Amino acid sequence: MKHVLGHRLTLPAGALLLLVVVNTAARPEFLKIALRDGRIYGALVDILRQSAPLMLVALGMTLVIATRGIDLSVGAVMSVSGAVALTVIDSSGSPGAVSTVLGAILAGMGVALVLGLWNGFLVAVLRIQPIVATLVLMLAGRGVALLITDGFITTVTSDPLEYVANGALVGLPFAFILAMVAVVVVALVERRTALGVLTEAVGINPEASRLAGVRSSGIILSAYAVCAMLSGLAGVVYSSNIMAADANATGEFIELYAILAVVLGRTSLRGGRFSIAGTVLGVLIIQTLQSTMLFVGVSSAQSPLVFAVVVAAVVLFQSPRAHDLARRMRHTRPAGATTTEVAA
Amino acid sequence: MSTLDAVGSAMGRRRRPQPTTGLLQRHASAAPTYAALVILVLLTVVSHLYFGNFITPRNISSLLLDNAYLLIIAVGMTFVIITGGIDLSVGSVLGFTGIFGARMLAADVPSALVVVVILAFGATLGLCIGVLIHYFDVQPFVASLAGLFLARGLAFVVSLDSIRVENESILWMQSRRFSLGDWYITPTGILALLLVAVAAYVARSTRFGRTVYAIGGNETSAHLMGLDVARTKVLVYVICGTCSALGGLVLMAYSGAGYPRNGIGTELDVIAAVVIGGTLLSGGTGYIVGSMIGVFVYGTIKSAISFKGADQSWTKISVGLLLLAFIVAQRVIVVRSQRRRS
Repeated sequence: MKHVLGHRLTLPAGALLLLVVVNTAARPEFLKIALRDGRIYGALVDILRQSAPLMLVALGMTLVIATRGIDLSVGAVMSVSGAVALTVIDSSGSPGAVSTVLGAILAGMGVALVLGLWNGFLVAVLRIQPIVATLVLMLAGRGVALLITDGFITTVTSDPLEYVANGALVGLPFAFILAMVAVVVVALVERRTALGVLTEAVGINPEASRLAGVRSSGIILSAYAVCAMLSGLAGVVYSSNIMAADANATGEFIELYAILAVVLGRTSLRGGRFSIAGTVLGVLIIQTLQSTMLFVGVSSAQSPLVFAVVVAAVVLFQSPRAHDLARRMRHTRPAGATTTEVAA
Repeated sequence: MSTLDAVGSAMGRRRRPQPTTGLLQRHASAAPTYAALVILVLLTVVSHLYFGNFITPRNISSLLLDNAYLLIIAVGMTFVIITGGIDLSVGSVLGFTGIFGARMLAADVPSALVVVVILAFGATLGLCIGVLIHYFDVQPFVASLAGLFLARGLAFVVSLDSIRVENESILWMQSRRFSLGDWYITPTGILALLLVAVAAYVARSTRFGRTVYAIGGNETSAHLMGLDVARTKVLVYVICGTCSALGGLVLMAYSGAGYPRNGIGTELDVIAAVVIGGTLLSGGTGYIVGSMIGVFVYGTIKSAISFKGADQSWTKISVGLLLLAFIVAQRVIVVRSQRRRS
């Protein structure tokens, strides 16, 4: 029991469970799952389907944050990749062919890879702070995406592309399966090889790990490259959901939500130990919260307010200082002690 | 791993530049700011040669008018960045104060009270962010992220659509033009320039200002030197929040309305302008006047692109490229000065 309670993922898992319980209490149909035409329907399935882009981005972000970095450009990369993929489909003779769509996805991810290598080059080789290095692309990327689509919203009709976001495989949403495959592949590569440990070593102390013979710049570079490729895939999934490449709306704020998901999953922004399972939980918490707010009737524009509370609660909970305060309050408990301690 | 940590930090310590205060070093740290100035002049001259009518009193006067709100926010952001922090909440505070102010004015709240409430909101949010950062050891990025979410959510709670401002005294800030020939300046422009002057003095010649630089240079040493690190570190976020609120007020006067989507991404424009103006994001080095130049570079690019009639996405791309050039150049300067000393 103690083992379970002490596990670092107990809290995010508990939070997710709590959200599901609250939702079920408020609307019993939340848990209901219906099977129609070989496809599963229900609020839970919707959450899984909608979580796919954020899942892909947050997965990449986890690796970057583990190396003590941050990637602000994920939303812009999504936007570029979506624009490239849809422009390829739009300009091809057979937008409905599977080969066209596959080619378009590869083109989008390929461009994303180039952008990721660029970020990685700035951070790993030129040693520029990650926030600034990726800020360049965050600013310029959307502009590039707008140029690719000529400032318009490119719309296409293509069944294979629609399948990416809205199709189902063995009853489950294809987009979710796609995201899960990415999660499993990354988790296997990181945890079944030494790569994960090396990544954590780089994040804990880049200089020391370099002296210990870890090729830290290669690891950092690859983290940004993988993050961008996953963001590129997320961009295709997002564009396929609305069947359009909207350079301004694609991936808006997603860097913030992805970072929040990683933090919710108990990976420290200071780098080092990371948890892919934690990130998955973090993404599901965010997506369930969003579904809850939609149900309660909070406009999606107002939802940042709730996330502000979540961020504040999480950081206070993880802060050692807050723990100290709580412990001292429990022991001595004189009136007004908290204010003096904060001021001290 | 702990021994490796020790080795790593020992290496780091040996490599860290020794604090020297020579004339040479002061000039070296100002080099990016001079570079920004040169770029600003080049941009203006080249645009003039290209368009033929770029350097006109009207155009230069409007540069200040159009970018007054950015300039005001950049002042606050410069203080934060010099301490080695960052404040992502400025754009959202800009959006919220604009829409909230417009809402209050529409409800016939006296304009003086509106100004006080708005500034108090900015200061309070900044205080909360600063307390989270200093007392609870939260990273500036995350703490101000909470502020970003909070203010943006609140903005949409106030209203989902834009609200027109009819109040005479608020609109006066932007409509009153003190002219000299074709040159003109509005109260918002005067406010922005005054703020730059005061802030530059504070940063350069007051105890608070020097503490800001000391914290950015090395927080632990600043603390060991007996400087009031806690108060200063919290105060820079209060200043930045207040400046953002003031920026919201100015933008509200400028656009004659409040709009809850105002200022999305403004934090990035401001950070870019500050960095282009020669402030190092790692903290310790930077100039308020440099940030002003950075804002003008940003504004000039924007107006040159609208002169050309080209798509505004080129603004983002050019600013991104310029930012890149500057951070690479700064990196080269830092590496060189480290090599020289080791």
